[in-house]
Amino acid sequence: MANKTAESISRDEYFYGHKACAGCGGSLAVRAALKVLGQNAVSVLPAGCMSAVGFNFPQLCFSNNSIISTFAGTASMLTGVEAGLRARGYKDFTAVGFAGDGGTADIGIQALSGAIDRNDNIIYICYDNEAYMNTGIQKSGLTPFGAKTTTTPAGANIHGNIRPKKNMFEIAAAHDIPYAATASVGYLPDFIAKVQKASKIEGTKYIHVIAPCPTGWGVAPDETVEIAKEVVDCGLWYLAEYEDGEFRLNHNPKEFTSVEAYLKKQGRFRHLTDDDIQIITASRDKKWEHIEKTFQL
Amino acid sequence: MRKFLSGNEAFAEGIRLARPQVISAYPITPQTIVVECLSEMVEDGSLSAEYVHVESEHSAMSCAIGASAAGARAFTATSSQGLLYMAECLYYASGGRFPIVMMNADRSTALPWNIYGDQRDSLSQLDSGGIQAYAENAQEALDLALMSYKIAENKKVSTPYMANLDGFVLTHTYETVDIPEREQADRFLPPYETENRIDLENPRNMAFSAGPDTNYIFKYKEHEGVLAAREVITETEKEFAEIFGRKYTGLIENYRTDDADYIIVTLGSIAGLCRETADKLREQGIKGGVVRIRYMRPFPNEEIAASLRNVKAYAVLEKDISFGNEGTVFTNVNSALKKAGVNVNGYNYIGGLGGRNISASDIEKIYRDIANGTESVNFIGIGGEDIG
Repeated sequence: MANKTAESISRDEYFYGHKACAGCGGSLAVRAALKVLGQNAVSVLPAGCMSAVGFNFPQLCFSNNSIISTFAGTASMLTGVEAGLRARGYKDFTAVGFAGDGGTADIGIQALSGAIDRNDNIIYICYDNEAYMNTGIQKSGLTPFGAKTTTTPAGANIHGNIRPKKNMFEIAAAHDIPYAATASVGYLPDFIAKVQKASKIEGTKYIHVIAPCPTGWGVAPDETVEIAKEVVDCGLWYLAEYEDGEFRLNHNPKEFTSVEAYLKKQGRFRHLTDDDIQIITASRDKKWEHIEKTFQL
Repeated sequence: MRKFLSGNEAFAEGIRLARPQVISAYPITPQTIVVECLSEMVEDGSLSAEYVHVESEHSAMSCAIGASAAGARAFTATSSQGLLYMAECLYYASGGRFPIVMMNADRSTALPWNIYGDQRDSLSQLDSGGIQAYAENAQEALDLALMSYKIAENKKVSTPYMANLDGFVLTHTYETVDIPEREQADRFLPPYETENRIDLENPRNMAFSAGPDTNYIFKYKEHEGVLAAREVITETEKEFAEIFGRKYTGLIENYRTDDADYIIVTLGSIAGLCRETADKLREQGIKGGVVRIRYMRPFPNEEIAASLRNVKAYAVLEKDISFGNEGTVFTNVNSALKKAGVNVNGYNYIGGLGGRNISASDIEKIYRDIANGTESVNFIGIGGEDIG
């Protein structure tokens, strides 16, 4: 399947020449999605990593129409762009947003909820690198339990972040959105297929893609794809879709790889105790009970 | 066509004639009637627009920016807390040179909570980069709605436009209003054309970052855009008068200022009572006059200086206070006089906060007090014999 995608995907580049860090998962997600959506994608990116690395006048890196929104305003600006272009008689375009985890699950969640509620014809892609990376690795609502960030230090008293990730996928689905999906840049063909699918569906589409940040996660730049695969393989993330009111699991690992091995590879988790890892493993198992109960497998 | 309308309804009629293509709507007292009226116009087909039910004022302006970036004519309306909530987006819209028109119903800001009119909301946003107009009556409100797009969309200007109506006193007060004919309005205001937009044939990156080397150039150009509105407002009002027969007087409106000894400078709907009071005092031998500021941005520096040059004293009457200093309009007026080398006694009168009534006798007292000299900053109804 991977080879087929590699053969068929466009060789055109729409996000090129930016100054993202080596191994940036977010830029990989944006690049791949725009290859799928093509020239007539109109992208909206809030203040955050991708806008910081791509829009520095006069070095502007998008070769499709692209605009920065306010931090909280990805979805609301998408709404305006889509409505404005439609009002001017355009039909052949795709309004797509690329916001990080903080821009989506924290400051932008109200506008996202509003857009889904209106069923605006947009694709909203959350590239989740699990912290405010652009400002230097601070905890967001999507930072996982135990992760060390610059606002959740790992000390003797508190071992990093004490709260689990917000479940944005099911929050989006709870709006009865036409299409929502989870993905990972470790499983790029799956992500690409979901972007493709989303582009054919009328109404609001939400895709939540895990996009590791080597700088913030404490892994080597050439380990991005591998670690993004491993988070799925160890069961801490999953590939799924929500469509027509049903949840569907797209990838069912017969056996999970080691949670501990996944965690210990990353600087942000290296401080975790066996007890902490036990808590994480238990919450993974609980999550999968939920998936097996409510998702089509 | 003549109709009996409130300020809000009149403004909505003006917007209908201006044919916005995207309207982002969110309710807040005392603006709500505007977006209600527009929803009915869209429903009955008399206005063809995308009507977007946004979930906050921040999103209202963010959506309008997106629509304007798509090259569409965009409208929204707000008031008070809503204006403050969207404040980030005001700077964004002006920095991006998006000629969005917004009506603001001037209302007090919390705390304490209060829904009534004062001008602390809009005046707090003078530095946000947009044009700011203040209407006195419902007819002017309607006419501003129609003129606003022509001014904002002028290529030399390309700046958002905030039209302010005093909460309740103007937004909810009914007057007979002349509504222009559709054909006349279309002749006056052509469809929006811009190069500052998303272009599917020639893609571009918009609303980008600019570092220290170039940032100030963009900011200087933004300043030039607002300044350019001075001339464009005059041209637009001239053309408006030719088509619709109603004349407006640019950034300020003078009333009996030519030979006045004492002038009240003010803005908004209180100006009418000031004019009546000036008339009354003239019968008693006190030569009063009124300068009504119609635009706070661009600010009428030269115009105000010319009107106040020969007075014995002036007062700035405003529904605003910059805590720890004085009213912001007073600060602006004094700066205008200083720049023009005009040195006359000036006094500040703060009144009407939280919708408190300013009476004819309050205004009469201002004219009499400034003739004798008084405190620099005075609060109507507070202090001295008036304390309640």
